[in-house]
Amino acid sequence: MEFVFFIIRRFLRLLLTIFIISTIIFFVIRVIPGDPALVVAGLDASEDDIQAIRVRLGTDVPVAVQYGRWLSDIVRFDFGESMISGASVNKLILERFPLTLTLAVLGILLGLIVAIPLGVLSAVHRWSFWDYFGMVYSQMGMAIPSFWLGMILLLVFAVKIPIFPLFGSDSLKNLILPAIALGFARAAVILRLTRAAMVEELNREYIITARAKGLTDRMIRYKHALKNAMIAVVTVTGIQFGYMLGGAIIVEQVFSLPGLGRLFLYAIYQRDFPLIQGGVVFIAVVFSLVNFTVDILYSVLNPKIRIS
Amino acid sequence: MLIKRKNWIFNISVLFIFLLGAAAIAAPLVSPYNPTDQNIDRRFSAPDSTNILGTDNFGRDILSRIIYGSRSALLVGIVSASIAVVIGMTVGLIAGLGGNWVDNLLMLLMDSLLSFPTILLAITVVSFFGYGLVQVMSAIGIIYSPVFARLVRAETLAIKTESYIEASRALGTPVIKRVFIHIIPNLLGKVIVQLTITFALAIVIEASLSYLGLGTQPPTPSWGLMLKDAKNYLIQAPWMAIFPGLVLALAVFAFNLIGDTLAEKLNPRVLK
Repeated sequence: MEFVFFIIRRFLRLLLTIFIISTIIFFVIRVIPGDPALVVAGLDASEDDIQAIRVRLGTDVPVAVQYGRWLSDIVRFDFGESMISGASVNKLILERFPLTLTLAVLGILLGLIVAIPLGVLSAVHRWSFWDYFGMVYSQMGMAIPSFWLGMILLLVFAVKIPIFPLFGSDSLKNLILPAIALGFARAAVILRLTRAAMVEELNREYIITARAKGLTDRMIRYKHALKNAMIAVVTVTGIQFGYMLGGAIIVEQVFSLPGLGRLFLYAIYQRDFPLIQGGVVFIAVVFSLVNFTVDILYSVLNPKIRIS
Repeated sequence: MLIKRKNWIFNISVLFIFLLGAAAIAAPLVSPYNPTDQNIDRRFSAPDSTNILGTDNFGRDILSRIIYGSRSALLVGIVSASIAVVIGMTVGLIAGLGGNWVDNLLMLLMDSLLSFPTILLAITVVSFFGYGLVQVMSAIGIIYSPVFARLVRAETLAIKTESYIEASRALGTPVIKRVFIHIIPNLLGKVIVQLTITFALAIVIEASLSYLGLGTQPPTPSWGLMLKDAKNYLIQAPWMAIFPGLVLALAVFAFNLIGDTLAEKLNPRVLK
């Protein structure tokens, strides 16, 4: 019962966050000086054309009414039509989302494959070669921007040693380099956290008890400490996954992948306001959902958290 | 042993940032060429004795462009980190000193801002405010203010209950004075650490936005813009992509390392 309440509470907070974020976005869009209709119409448009665009954008009515419409659009999850192609914003987004999602999932998987073993090794054998390697990696991961890494990967593995294609998006092979570019920095964060969590667990009193009981180091490390350390790792992985959706915008640009990021970016270049608004809210909702899921998962793994 | 080793890297990092700053200030004196001078005969020249780091698609000298580009990078770092500190500290102090209701409302707002992919937020802000350096700096400043707000609020709440604050309150010291005499100096260490990290993040975001064509606008040299151009000539002129990115990564690395080292120095417990 207590758990049900917890979920309800978190769910309400999820709705509140989405409400606040969409309100912020709305005011960022409306409060700024200038009329988007003028930008869309161009310099030589007639007053009638501009008025027609205002009606299409919905900026011909008072701000309060616009805000009401904006909220009802979000509740119904309907953002109207693209001003450039005329297609429904929802349809455009849902067409592009699978590629971005696949990229983010691949990226996080690659990140976890590197980060968790390296993090555990670093914590278990502190100040060893692996620990130094891990430290160097995590510093590099945090310093190297994903788009530059993407370019270097293309240069090395598509131009100099052509084992991966330079262009295209139709096969899994096209997604490996982008996923590495995207996952490299995320892995650094997860690695740092895995190491810290593991070190903390290994210093706990139950480890001494376990040792006193005569358990092997192996059992203590991998069955007890790792299991508890994973609780923190799950949380940070979830958050990193959310960030990947944002990072994908840039990486997709480097590798010319037609994902959500590219759709969004072109919407910005072309000042396609309905598509920009829809895209931002969509990503915000997905991001909040990921955070929500992580919270729930965290409380399943660590029941203590439900009380607070 | 580790501390010694880190000190050595720390010194190099400080030196690098110092050199970068000096190069940015003295750019006209130290750069070998004008960063916007085009030399079509020498376009796509590989690094040689004339152009140490090669030239780009317009025959512009890459080293000079990197040196001038450090101006945009450092400017963005300084201005956006300052905006973030000012907004964040103000909000954090108000939340920490204010009542329950104010605290909850402000923190909800900050948390919502924090719970959003930074780069996406930056792109959104810039797409509506227009492209350019000023917009980028404001966007980054606003985006990173919640980090400072949380930090300052937590510290303020902790310090608020200390007995010396109680004592100064009993003595009738005005709130503002209490804030400046007791609370802010106590916070400074942590804020400085966060500042160096924010500096690094700001530089990356500026480069990312410029790479997407939403940040610094040509012909102003910027590392992100250089990388944007480089993308189209990856096969012909790989040096166009390698060097600006390398300097960018080194700058971020140096700032992160300085932040990490300061954090350890200020909080010895981390080392355990």
